[in-house]
Order: sequence, then C-alpha cells, then structure tokens
Amino acid sequence: MSEATESYETIAGCKVQMLRGGKGAPLLFLHGGGGAGVWLPFFKTLAEKYDVIVPEHPGFGRSDTPDWLDNVGDYANFYLEFMDKLGLTGVNLIGSSLGGWIAADLAVRDSSRLNTVQLVAPAGIHVKGVAKGDLFLWSPEQLTRNLFADQAIAEMLLAMQPDEDERRRRMKNALMLAKVGWQPRLYDPHMRKWLHRIKKPTQIIWGDSDKVIPAEYGPAYRDLIPGSKLEVLKNCGHLPFIEKAADTVALVSKFIEGSKR
Amino acid sequence: MKFFMIHLMPYADIDLDYDKKHNSAWVTLPNTYFDPAKGPGLYNRFIDELVYADKVGFDGVCVNEHHQNAYGMMPIPSVIAGALARETKNVKIAVLGRALPLLTYPLSVAEEYAMLDNISGGRLIAGFVRGIGAEYHSTGVNPAESHDRFHEAHDLIMQAWTKPGPSRYEGKYYHFDYVNTWPRIVQQPHPPIWIPSQGSSETINWASHPTRKYVYLQTFSPADQLKRFMDMYRAQANKYGYEASPQQLGWATPIYVAETDEQAKREAKVHIEAFYNKFLRMPFEMLLPPGYLSLASMQNVGQKARAAAAGESMATIESVMERGMFICGSPDSVAQQLEHHQKQVGYGKLVAMMQFGTLPHELTKRNMELFAGKVIPKIRHLGEDDTPIKVEAAE
Repeated sequence: MSEATESYETIAGCKVQMLRGGKGAPLLFLHGGGGAGVWLPFFKTLAEKYDVIVPEHPGFGRSDTPDWLDNVGDYANFYLEFMDKLGLTGVNLIGSSLGGWIAADLAVRDSSRLNTVQLVAPAGIHVKGVAKGDLFLWSPEQLTRNLFADQAIAEMLLAMQPDEDERRRRMKNALMLAKVGWQPRLYDPHMRKWLHRIKKPTQIIWGDSDKVIPAEYGPAYRDLIPGSKLEVLKNCGHLPFIEKAADTVALVSKFIEGSKR
Repeated sequence: MKFFMIHLMPYADIDLDYDKKHNSAWVTLPNTYFDPAKGPGLYNRFIDELVYADKVGFDGVCVNEHHQNAYGMMPIPSVIAGALARETKNVKIAVLGRALPLLTYPLSVAEEYAMLDNISGGRLIAGFVRGIGAEYHSTGVNPAESHDRFHEAHDLIMQAWTKPGPSRYEGKYYHFDYVNTWPRIVQQPHPPIWIPSQGSSETINWASHPTRKYVYLQTFSPADQLKRFMDMYRAQANKYGYEASPQQLGWATPIYVAETDEQAKREAKVHIEAFYNKFLRMPFEMLLPPGYLSLASMQNVGQKARAAAAGESMATIESVMERGMFICGSPDSVAQQLEHHQKQVGYGKLVAMMQFGTLPHELTKRNMELFAGKVIPKIRHLGEDDTPIKVEAAE
C-alpha cells in the first residue's frame, strides 16, 4: 500500500490541494460532488502500480474558489491546463460523477495528453424519461443512504461526527456542485453531440443500484462514445470505488493494462 | 407610523392532515389538494379583505409572491395588484414580490410595475426580492446565481425607469440592446422601493447604501432577530455617513385583535398554529438550497434553524407570542406590544398580516376593524419622521 503526499499547486490563478502517491504511469482521478482530500484504499492500491494524482477541484474542499468558475467547461479547461503545468503525458484519466462529466468534457476538447478514459457513474448527459435522484432535496442522512446499496457503509458514515472544518467543507462542496450542476440538472445538453470525438480507449463503470444517476445511463453513455466498454457492478451504488473498491481497482487496472500500446 | 395590511392568500381550505403523507406545503405537495371549486371563492374573499383595508383606514395594502405551494396563492402578484388598483382609491399598493432572479426577462417587471403605477395613479410601491429557497426548487433557477442575478435585474429595471430609452444594458446574466420600457413609470424618478427579507447582512448593506436607502422589511421573524437586523441597518447607515430614518425600517408580522386578551388567544390559536406548523412547513434543504446564501451566511444559520425547519419543534400560540412572532390580544395590549417593539427597534412601517392560515373571513374583518379603529390611533404618532429621504446620485 502506498501513501500520499499533500501539496498545493497554483494553476490558472487558483490554488488547489492535491494528494499524490505511487510510481508508474500517471493516473489522474477527478472527484464527484462530495469532494476529495482523503487517500482512500482505492487510491492506495492503485498507487502500487501508478502515479496516482487526486486534486480537489477549484471551489471544493481545501482548494480556493476562483472568480472565473461558472461551469463544467471551466473545469475541463482547468484540468487541461493542470496537465500542461504538471507536464503529464499518457494520463489515465478517471472521473466519478461530476468528475466523470469533467473528464468526458475534457476528452472531447483535447485528449492529446490522455492514454485512457474511465468514467465512473458520470454525470453530463440526460436520458429522457429516466430521472436522476434529487440530491439537493435529500437530507444529509438521505443522501448518505442513497449513495450506497450496502446500508452498513451508510450506517458507518452516519455514525461519524464531522468536525467544524469538515462541516464547512461539505457546505462548500454542495454550493459548488449546485453552481455547476443545478440547471440543467447535472448535465450539459450540448456535450452528447460531441462525445463521439473521444478516440482514446474508454471504459464506463456503473453500480446497478445507483440512486443518484440510475444505471440506465450506462448504456446511453456507452452508445455515445464509439468503441467504449460498459461494466456494471452488482449490488453497488453511486460510488463503486468506495463500495466495491477491490472490484473497481481490478476493472480499472485491467483496462489500463489492456490498453497499453 | 405607516400601517399596511399584507395578505398571503393561503389555500385556507387545505386538508391540514396533509403532513401525515407529505413533508411540506411547498414544491412537492400534490396540487390535487387544491379544489378548483373552492379557488374562486377564496380569491375573491381575499381581494375583498384587502379592499376593506382601504375603507377602514390602512395606509397601504401588500401582496406577495410565492410559487407552487399552499402558503400563498399569488405566483403572479400583479394580477391581484391590478384588481386592487381599480377597486381601491387611497391606499398605496405594495407588490412584495417580484422574485427577480427567477426571470429570464426581468424587463417584464419594469413593464408590469409601470402599468400598475399608471392604473393606480402613482400608488405603487415596488418590491424586489430573491424569493425563498423553495422557489429555486420549483423553478429550476440556480440558487448559486441568485444574488448576482438579483443585482443585475434590479439595475436593469432601474435603468428602464430612470434612463431615457432606448438604452443598452450589458450584464453577465442579462444583456439587452434596447431597454425602452413603455409605459413609463408615473412616480418620478421611480416608485418607493421595498426590500423584504428574512435577514441577511449582504441585503442590508446593499439596501441601506446612500444611493438607494431602500425600505428594509423584516418578515415574520422573532423579536430578537428583528432587533438585530434593524440595528444592523442603522449601523450600516452610520458607516455610510448618514442616519437611517424610521421610515426606512419596516416590520411584517401577524396580528390578531379581539375585545379581550383571553378572547383573542382563544380565537386565534388554531389559525396561527396552522400558519406556522402547516403552511410554512418545509425541510431545511427546501428552504435553503446550496448557494442561496453565501458560504459565510450559511455557516451562521447553524443547527437551530436546521432543527426548526425539520419540524422538530412545533410552534404553539404561546411560543410564537413569546418570541414576538405573533402579536395578539385586546386593542390595548396589542398597542402596548407594538409600542414596546417600536421603542426597541425603531421601525416606522408596520406591515400587519390580518389574515393568517385558516382564519375565517368574519374574524379577519373584525380583526381589521378593531386594529384600524382602536390600535392605529394609539400608536400612529410613533416612528414618525416625514423628512423626505434624500438619496445620493449614483456615479
């Protein structure tokens, strides 16, 4: 298991927090609406094989909130600049939920620094007639419960009392998620028109019991990205890399290894 | 002191047991709870009550804007204001909506208010609000854009009224090449402007600015909050280098008057408790979606409001009276309470909600008669300062 070091980088005038650990090909993880800042077992395991980089998005957690931030397109451009600044090439990009939306948008714009793209229950598109969960109307407890198929995980998280800093970070994260995702709700009506431009090997991973973005979105995303592959995990909610960490590590590394040129 | 009567026009025939199945009277409460056969009677009764305020001697009447709820049936308040413009002769007519950020074409408010000002012969008071958090769930407008959209829409409307058209407005959310509102507003340079709020330092700093000096109206809040925000307005005015007049400070609160304290409490009890516990009921996430308040303000809201919104503490007539959220009693004791609060907080405009929750028509009328006949004369001299409020020119 590999540990991480914490650092701060200033990119596009915005100071962002970043966890980084391990050695190997770069693996950039873009987090979802709940934020990042914790070196999860998922990252530790991947860091045995890869150089795992987990930034907190501008406006989230310990990162600053820049004036220029309005939408997911701003995030996509920000991470293009982020990869430039860090000199990353052959990047294995993984994005979860909001981060999956950013990853897809980024890959449509410019995938020259990417090796693979993996989208974990990504936001970013809308499937007519299939409603997403209204997470802004859920209480904190409902949200925690609806994120997981296995309620034992929810119980464990609910038993932990957040301190003042953590409470503040959660408010900050919720505000930023609303800012970029409230309307249209968690998608960009124009992105689907251009997803076919993603030419790098792409894998989509979904939990079959996702209550935030239902699993029906998986095939829709797959069909919009030619040649992409969809993997559905059984008895799993919106956060497979937490709820089914070992299975997700296996899927992710197998896909990267299989995509080596 | 100036006296206004505000009406919310609640769907007063609501099945009060709705909360056994639904957690709010807002946003998600099925509209099948509204009986179309009862709508016409309720609307016309409520309009009659506002017209009656003109007859018994109020200085003004107020209508209000909320969407998709049983609490108030005026999603388009100017429909009611238009009827009042014709049916009343003397009262000021305050529209305590329009929720500007909810609109994609805010120039419609410049038009709508100008029409009302024309029809009423210059009796309009123009309210500007952001709408409460629930509105952002109902309309889908992004609450994180609410403050910025409000300020832009306000600037745009003021430009439409005060700058000869056509002129150009170039904002981030609103951009118009032809700002050229017809009809023009009657009251020059513009009607009095009121900013109703549940209390926020950002709003107070903005409303009290020397180029605006807008009337700040604190709505349905505990007495300690009322004092805190009125003091904040005065302190901010001092920082800006002027003294705030009582005429810049308004207080909106439900009031009930009967012959004796005992009778007033007995008659009002079920209706005021329904108002606070049933009509206002909504979970915290509905009331304050992320982004509606700045991060700093959101942190100040704290756990108390969270618990209150979750309905963990049910209001009783005693609890709301004790907190100064309901003024109730004989004419003497109501006058006394209002005088006490006036001395404490220095307000000069009282916005009395004479009908609340399920309060029936006859009791509403008697409430108005006793208030206008026996309370107003006792306290009219308070908070009087008729010196016109001089606003500095904006650069």
